[in-house]
Amino acid sequence: MIVPTQWVLMLSAVLFAIGVVGVLVRRNVIVIFMAIELMLNAVNLSFIALARARGAVDGQVVVFFVMTVAAAEAAVGLAIIIASFRNRSTVNVDELALLRG
Amino acid sequence: MTMGAALFLLVAVATVAAALGVVLHPNPVKSAIFLVVTLFLLAIVFVLLEAHMIAALQVIVYAGAIMVLFLFVIMLLNLQDDDPERGRHRYVLRGLAWLGGVVLAVELALLLRGATMGGGEVPADYGSAEAVARSLYTDFLLPFELTSILLLVAVVGAVLLAQKQRRSSLP
Repeated sequence: MIVPTQWVLMLSAVLFAIGVVGVLVRRNVIVIFMAIELMLNAVNLSFIALARARGAVDGQVVVFFVMTVAAAEAAVGLAIIIASFRNRSTVNVDELALLRG
Repeated sequence: MTMGAALFLLVAVATVAAALGVVLHPNPVKSAIFLVVTLFLLAIVFVLLEAHMIAALQVIVYAGAIMVLFLFVIMLLNLQDDDPERGRHRYVLRGLAWLGGVVLAVELALLLRGATMGGGEVPADYGSAEAVARSLYTDFLLPFELTSILLLVAVVGAVLLAQKQRRSSLP
């Protein structure tokens, strides 16, 4: 292996933390969605790294499934965003507070 | 340091920078472009880890299809730069979010510090389309078939949610 597995996992951890911060600090729902994609990719990276460390392809197959679910999630999520934008004319999560009790 | 390790470090730094660009840039279109760059750089990391098939899928499915969908929606909604945030505690909350992110990253890094992991030689066809497909169509056949149903449901759901007018009376 060209680099120690820990290095790759640390890159994955940093990317995941950046995704978490993105969800917390941004108010635009589409950018929040992109930060979630960033977190999914960070986890994909650790799957690939650990699959390589174990010398088995199972981890890569799991990444394949994560990509599929991410594609489905993106399609449905963006459709929900379009529907809510049509009704409320905003993508700011502070103004989309209908479910707040 | 070997050539490969240097390349990994270079790509890792660029990936983190592009990811910060996604989070920090006020314009959603530029955030999306930064995300495309991040996904491309991650595909390079995947190649370095000998996951060639997944790297190709990453570029085609993620950087291609999913990000085009994001850009379509951003442009459909005609989004401009984000409004500056309002509220009294905005700087405190923003600072706390960054602090939490740094704590999370440091915590995960410390957790990994002492671990020993394998990483010896792998067969020559490791990560090839054939090797991944063999595992996918034997060990993971049931999840693979269920995935097709998931995608069908997602397509129907997306069309139903995003269509202009719905019939007022349900059958």
